[in-house]
Amino acid sequence: MSEAAAGTGAKARSAGSAAPAAAAALELRGLQKSYVRGKPVLRAIDLSIAGTGLTAIIGPSGTGKSTLIRCVNRLVEPSGGQVLLDGEDLTALRGRSLRLARRRIGMVFQEYNLVERLTVIENLLCGRLGHVGALRAWLRRFPPADIDRAFELLDAVGLADFAKTRADALSGGQRQRVGIARALMQQPRLLLADEPTSSLDPKTSVEVMELMRGLCAQRGIPVIVNMHDVELARRFAARIIGMSGGRVVFDGPATALTDEHLKQIYGGEGWLA
Amino acid sequence: MNEALAGGGSSGKPVPGSRRAFEPDWLARLGWLAAILYVVYAASLLDFTWARFVTGLEQAARFFDRMFPPDFSRWEAVLKGLKESLEIAVLASVGGILLSLPIGFLAARNLMPAWVNWPARAVIALCRTFHPVIVAIIFVKAVGFGALAGILALVIASVGFIAKLFAEAIEEISLKQVEAVRATGASFMNVIAFGVLPQVAARFIGFSTYQFDSNVRNSTMVGIVGAGGIGAPLFVAFQRFDYDVVCAILIAIVAVVFLCEILSNQVKRVFGEAVQDGREPRRG
Repeated sequence: MSEAAAGTGAKARSAGSAAPAAAAALELRGLQKSYVRGKPVLRAIDLSIAGTGLTAIIGPSGTGKSTLIRCVNRLVEPSGGQVLLDGEDLTALRGRSLRLARRRIGMVFQEYNLVERLTVIENLLCGRLGHVGALRAWLRRFPPADIDRAFELLDAVGLADFAKTRADALSGGQRQRVGIARALMQQPRLLLADEPTSSLDPKTSVEVMELMRGLCAQRGIPVIVNMHDVELARRFAARIIGMSGGRVVFDGPATALTDEHLKQIYGGEGWLA
Repeated sequence: MNEALAGGGSSGKPVPGSRRAFEPDWLARLGWLAAILYVVYAASLLDFTWARFVTGLEQAARFFDRMFPPDFSRWEAVLKGLKESLEIAVLASVGGILLSLPIGFLAARNLMPAWVNWPARAVIALCRTFHPVIVAIIFVKAVGFGALAGILALVIASVGFIAKLFAEAIEEISLKQVEAVRATGASFMNVIAFGVLPQVAARFIGFSTYQFDSNVRNSTMVGIVGAGGIGAPLFVAFQRFDYDVVCAILIAIVAVVFLCEILSNQVKRVFGEAVQDGREPRRG
């Protein structure tokens, strides 16, 4: 199924190698999070994400998918456990070293989270803010190499004509393309995507997923995507992780995901066609 | 299940009209009643009668009669006073705006920890406590008669207004946009520059131009207590019963205030509206 959607250039690697490889880009060890004491949202998650390919996390609302993703770049503070990016434990980092770690992790958001009143090109250059000093940022004096890369990425996501358009004048699909380009401006080691297609129509969703998978495969960036559209996950992900009640209840290649697993993940069965 | 939803009716179906969509709020009703009672009581203290109103009309007529035609013979003094008033307004606005930017940021509760935003908010509250004329009196005592006292008084007033509204505008921003900028590894100052300022810049300019208008009006008044500007000649003319001179000064003030409003509208159009016209985001 993933074959059919391999749209742009280099194809995601086969589902067969989805099992944790020796050179894992990201490793979660016993990751825990509870917002309220005694009510854990994540219960000791152990995961290993390989250096390439697209991994989808599926599961019912409120089961901790977003929390899991946000614990990786510490937008949410984990309550326990470790997050290892290329072997470095991110949970121990503070201040500047945390910012340096965040630079290596791109993120795409459900509601795009573009800075609405800035132009598209300014939004892209936001991706370089971890590398640019405050004075340069305030004066909008970005290094020429960053500006060139921004225009290249704008071409790559098909928005070359919109560089000077303000973000709030774009459609949802266009916004998410900008969101992806902004994340890739960081030249990240890892891309996180939190429900990137949930605010989009089905056709645009497929286009955005194709774009994201294609661009990241070209650049050798592993992607972790939260989704609640199981079909979309099957179509684009090599590996699927099913979560329920703050635990991983399924972890395997997309082809191995059966209705039995879905019942286990989402509960009930009346909703299965 | 049905029983639980029926709300009293044993038949399983609730009696029409027996369920309430809105609970009566007795505390709110009591508050409204108290407010109305106080307004009636306060009005009863005014000793307002028809006879008084009629006498007042006659006096007003005589007053207006003596105001016209306006006497522009002392136009040089008027012009000098107006020039000084404008200087007070412009310098106070510049100073107030420059101070308001950092103070407003420090006072925003969603960006700053409590130990920072509390002192900042205390400064703003202090700036707002007294009317500009009272502050002007204090500054006249402190730095002597003249425009400096007026400028300082209006700087205080500007900080009280702009910084307060600016802090509130920052507290209303979308944190999603800020989160996205933080996620790129941006430093705090860069998050401010790209995640926060773009969201509030247009409103900051709006508050600033509004306060400039306000400063122009107030700068004509601080002179009454000796803090410089057109207020002093106006007050003197009043006390000498030179109502035709008063009228001339008032006309001059109206003209200046009008011109400044036009100017600030232009400023808003150039910096503010251009940023604001895309307020309704298109959703696709």
